[in-house]
Amino acid sequence: MEKHSVGGGDSPALPGVPNRNNQPRTLANSGSTQASVETLDSPTGSHVEWCKQLIAATISSQISSITPDTASRDFKALRDGTKQVQMDEVPLVPGETVKAVAKDVMYICPFTGLVTGTLTSTDYKLYFVSLERDTPFILDVNLGAISRLETISVQSHGENTQGMEIVCKDMRSPRFAYKKEDASQPEIVEVLTKHTFPLSNGLPLFAFLYKEKFLVDGWKVYDPISEYKRQGLPNESWAISKMNSSYEVCDTYPALLVIPTSIKDDDLKRVVAFRARHRIPVLSWIHPESQATIVRSSQPLVGPSDRRCKEDERYLQTIMDANAQSHKLTIFDARQSSVADNNKAKDGGYESESFYPNVELNFLEIPNIHVMRESLRKLKEVVYPSTDEAHWHSAVDQTHWLEYMRVLLAGAVRIADKLESGKTSVVVHCSDGWDRTAQLTSLAMLMLDSHYRTLRGFQVLLEKEWISFGHKFAARVGHGDENHANSERSPLFIQFIDCVWQMTRQFPAAFEFNELFLITILDHLYSCLFGTFLYNSEQERVVNEVQTKTVSLWSYINSQPEDFTNPFYVDYEHHVLYPLASVRHLELWTGYYVRWNPRMRPQMPVHQNLKELLFLKAELQRKVEELQREASSSHGSLSSSSEHTSSPSHSGGTPLHTTV
Amino acid sequence: MLSSLGSVGGKSAKPSFVSYVTPEEIKSEKEPSRKEKHPDLLPGEVVFCSASTVLKYTQDDLSQRGVFGALLCTNFRVSFVSDEAPTEEMVRTLFKNKLYGENDIPLSCVDNIYGDKRKLITGGLVKNKYPSKIIIHCKDLRVFQFSLSFSKEEDAKKIFQGIVHHCLEPKSLRCLFAFSYCENTSYPGSYSYCREHLRKKQTVMFDSVEDWTQDMKRTKGNCRVVSENSNFELSPKLPQYFIVPTNVSDEDLTKYQGKGLPMWCWSHHSGCALFKTASIPLVQEDNVCCRMLTAVAHNHLYSVKTEDLSDTLPTVQDILLSYNKFKQFFLIDNTTEFWMSDMKWFSSLDNCGWLDIIRQCLQKAVEVVESLEKENTNVLIMEEGGSDLCCVVSSLVQLMLDPYYRTLLGFQSLVQKEWVAGGHAFLDRSNHLHLKDKVESQSPVFLLFLECVWQLQQQHGPAFQFSETYLTVLSDSVHVPVFTTFLFNNDSHRDSLLRAESPHTQRSPLNCPTVWDWSVQFDCKAQDLFTNPLYTEKPKQDTSVRKSYRPRHLRQLSLPSSAFKTPPKKGFFKDEADNLKKILGVKRLSRWMLSPSSDSPQTSSSVREFYEAWQTKPLDYHGLLLPCLDGPSIRVWMQRYLRWIHDVQILGGGPVAMLSKVSEILGEVQELQRQLDRHGCTLTSNHKGARPRAKTAAAVIAARSSVRLSSSFPFVTSRNWSFKPAIPTSLLQSLMVTGIPGNLADREDDGGPESLV
Repeated sequence: MEKHSVGGGDSPALPGVPNRNNQPRTLANSGSTQASVETLDSPTGSHVEWCKQLIAATISSQISSITPDTASRDFKALRDGTKQVQMDEVPLVPGETVKAVAKDVMYICPFTGLVTGTLTSTDYKLYFVSLERDTPFILDVNLGAISRLETISVQSHGENTQGMEIVCKDMRSPRFAYKKEDASQPEIVEVLTKHTFPLSNGLPLFAFLYKEKFLVDGWKVYDPISEYKRQGLPNESWAISKMNSSYEVCDTYPALLVIPTSIKDDDLKRVVAFRARHRIPVLSWIHPESQATIVRSSQPLVGPSDRRCKEDERYLQTIMDANAQSHKLTIFDARQSSVADNNKAKDGGYESESFYPNVELNFLEIPNIHVMRESLRKLKEVVYPSTDEAHWHSAVDQTHWLEYMRVLLAGAVRIADKLESGKTSVVVHCSDGWDRTAQLTSLAMLMLDSHYRTLRGFQVLLEKEWISFGHKFAARVGHGDENHANSERSPLFIQFIDCVWQMTRQFPAAFEFNELFLITILDHLYSCLFGTFLYNSEQERVVNEVQTKTVSLWSYINSQPEDFTNPFYVDYEHHVLYPLASVRHLELWTGYYVRWNPRMRPQMPVHQNLKELLFLKAELQRKVEELQREASSSHGSLSSSSEHTSSPSHSGGTPLHTTV
Repeated sequence: MLSSLGSVGGKSAKPSFVSYVTPEEIKSEKEPSRKEKHPDLLPGEVVFCSASTVLKYTQDDLSQRGVFGALLCTNFRVSFVSDEAPTEEMVRTLFKNKLYGENDIPLSCVDNIYGDKRKLITGGLVKNKYPSKIIIHCKDLRVFQFSLSFSKEEDAKKIFQGIVHHCLEPKSLRCLFAFSYCENTSYPGSYSYCREHLRKKQTVMFDSVEDWTQDMKRTKGNCRVVSENSNFELSPKLPQYFIVPTNVSDEDLTKYQGKGLPMWCWSHHSGCALFKTASIPLVQEDNVCCRMLTAVAHNHLYSVKTEDLSDTLPTVQDILLSYNKFKQFFLIDNTTEFWMSDMKWFSSLDNCGWLDIIRQCLQKAVEVVESLEKENTNVLIMEEGGSDLCCVVSSLVQLMLDPYYRTLLGFQSLVQKEWVAGGHAFLDRSNHLHLKDKVESQSPVFLLFLECVWQLQQQHGPAFQFSETYLTVLSDSVHVPVFTTFLFNNDSHRDSLLRAESPHTQRSPLNCPTVWDWSVQFDCKAQDLFTNPLYTEKPKQDTSVRKSYRPRHLRQLSLPSSAFKTPPKKGFFKDEADNLKKILGVKRLSRWMLSPSSDSPQTSSSVREFYEAWQTKPLDYHGLLLPCLDGPSIRVWMQRYLRWIHDVQILGGGPVAMLSKVSEILGEVQELQRQLDRHGCTLTSNHKGARPRAKTAAAVIAARSSVRLSSSFPFVTSRNWSFKPAIPTSLLQSLMVTGIPGNLADREDDGGPESLV
């Protein structure tokens, strides 16, 4: 109890005593509440902790509500009454509606302590605002980012305190507390649940309600024909096939596929039948010089009896022959070899080097989606809410997150190197060819092709390798679905974006986009605001008319590209970038994983200085041009000086692109 | 004679010796008549012994390939002179050290020597044997491997014994190269000229009353400059000149010979100041510490807070132990070893504790800053000798509080003030002389300080005028036995030796360069890499330091007060002073007042709050700077530690890629400004003060496009450029299946019913 006289009485300006300080004391002061805590369902340590927080929260609110807090709030209302009205309003995006409001809710902030305010639930977000501090305190969580909602109730001092924990996919778990007595309260949880998991409650995803209009149409970013054309396709060896235009050959592949020209329809049917989920080997990328290709597929259905498919063998031979520079074909099986063997027993498997002539098979030893999910779960424990100091590195190490990233990057480097130095075509597959395969091919393409390192090019890469080729976003993310324990969920796409971030760290000037771009992509992977990452396949997207009924994330990004542009960008045209797949050069992406911790936030926006420099440059440039215009109009004799300005013709404050 | 020797190497127009051949191939075609090669010797440098046909292994593979050449040992270095003619690119190396090349190891830079089977060689052991292969680990983290099996037995024996003798065995200070170098060098004229030169460049040397007075005036301090020790009459352990609180009496000065004498470091604009002292032995009369403390308290509002660093920070031995573990991660002999260690990297980092020691030092400095800035209390830091962690903490405090020290010259002055004049025992701590009785006192305390500075610099780049490369080079220079800066234990030590060694016995002391004369090591172009192109210079408008401080000060006062309330600042009169004396009489100083609960290794909550409060304020690169101490924020100084490891060079990447872009834009801005000047017009808008310093380094880096550079820039040139990526060799075996819960790894990717059966 004495804590409150310190926290509440002494300095009203500081309502929040970091709660790590007050936990032990509240534990000691109420023996009766302890009993009720322990009768609660979850025996885990964190749960007990959570109950303690709740009790602490109620006690502190009881005390603070009497004395200085209200006074200071009144004062504030007087001082900036207009501002408060504004702040109380929840900013809404077009199409968003408020569904429930609860007052006097306490947010148990792990960083700054307890804050009391108003919690609003719309059909898109949860919005908590408190005006009791010097600056308004706002917490904003997209409902799409929530993986589960948990409530508990605790009896303490005759009050029935409700606690609500919002476990998020984006590495945070905000906790709220409120008193049960208020009749309006139970509603908020129900409303929240309903709109957080719309699909489980017969509601549409918010993307279908979102009404924002952007000047740019992001759905036009990716056009498969023009992307293949950019790569020089079709050519004499490769054709753009429409055989899957109604998704009948393979329901998880896109409508347009690039396959060898010489392949006969009958043979193709056999190949289709021999590949898991009918995901036949198709071209993803072709090297502009060597004609070596990256081909992706699913595993062959070899089975325990070592089944063969002559057509499949010939098909791969054709792929090899399409590249005159090499008489080899390398298959990269992303899986661990032991797992691939297990798959064989389950009718899957891998290409046997003895049946496929001139084929070299490599296992990249990347663990599966369940391992990755577990790894990220552990990582969350390490980064939220607080980070350990002395054991930070070992804690990160134990999650294996960076180690898996290393394996992934190393695999992609091997693929890129095989194409670039070995001039050899590669086939990449895992089991189904939509998880690890997408990670590997897109990373390798990012290393090989500088186009994908631009803002637009990266969007194309995602649309192509991930979205159109059927990475199961809906299943892996679980949009709007309440079944948080579904084992299909896995952070494969996050892992990929993290790898991209690692590459941008190692090559700070080689990418046109910046960190904010990558974070924005991940935020909207969950948010359900845009249609970009919804559904599992192109077919599902067509059926649900995603392109006409929802807005693309790229519409938003491309209507304000300057926010997402890297000021250091230099076009590394034709340069292959090999990131170092060494843990020494990998680091935890604190800007994403630890961003909720206010101490880890930079005070100055990154690169602010450089932006100012660019601004200065633009200003100088304008000035020079102005003077020249003046000079040339008044007396043309001074024109000799204008030759000096022949230097760069860049303009504006936007970053300049130079070529190396 | 020296120059002729040098030119031999240059003239040799013989067809270059075949390199990259396996040892077996070379044996048959040995050329016994090969002329001895020499590096370009420095003035005063003498070759002790040499051996030809020594194979220097290339570091980056295990295939036993290498380059043949001569291995020499001089009074300055161990040098390998390749039989290959230097390639054009080598000659053009931008960042060339004028004193030693990439195949030279200054004798004091040798860390450890290993023989066959990686047996550690220690001095004295050697009799008539010599190993066929020697591995030399350098203090700047380079690793050399030489094979002696192709040399004549006599030569091999001689060179091995020579190297061991000169690198590992005890020697006298006079044998260090600096002395013969300085006697023979044409180093810029006389002592006075040199001083003049340095004056112009404004590195304050703190070797005169004026320097100290100046610095005290600059910070508006109000203490007393002591010049009584100019001939080291008070104590040889005290600096020649120093500053004490005004209240310290002459009697005290003479009586206590440094122990317990509070020495002024820096004054805060509020009037309170930072003092440091060597702790007083407990046996001393009680009223010594009492008088000293009162003297400090007198400086400003009768408030004083003591920090006994020996109690709360690691000892110099801890520091050494931790660093020895840490550096092993970077002394990599071969690729396989590298990739093996890569697996354990993160855990090993924590285990060696080096980053944690860095954090602790920074944290202590933040605590002191808090007392000065928020509570306006005088702070007295103390430790056993008063010249190790005291130096680390006091310099860090000043870097955080005073933007002047974040400029290049300011930083150099700070090192002069706190470390050189402050009497850090550089000689003992580095043990250049390999004295057996000094093995215990060896410790990389100065490096620890540079590490802390690097952390600050990483977190607040634009606040520092000097670059990461500057810090790396400075950390290397400690092991180049040419500069007076790092050769002595204190002022009197330096003075007596320089005088004794002087050729003109009666006149002036020997004239040796200090490390700050960078032209001894690098030409102007290379020195451009020492400055940070993104440094934000102080806005021109407020030239007065004082003025810019004021408003900030007021703001800082609004910081929430911590749990430890400052003692009353007024009314601290005679009674209280007596009372204080009584308390002091009973307890040890550090137990006295306000000492924050820093016994826990975790950042104390007070420091956290202080940081958080500071963080919410707008960032001012010319104001107070605090480091973030959270786990992810303390990093490994990649440039220093990874620069020589071939496998971790990011070709076309690394910070230099960004730097070159910045330099390019800066160049353009300069050009535009020139054009405007020609038009006789200046930019009217006064620019937020964010106008970065235009630097010619721009041209240097921009000229070499960043794709050609690697993350090891500027230390390793990309002459080994290849488009082959480094692929972990142990990739297949390496898989950490151990970490995977078995059931997960074996599970199908799709848990659902549709999954393959």
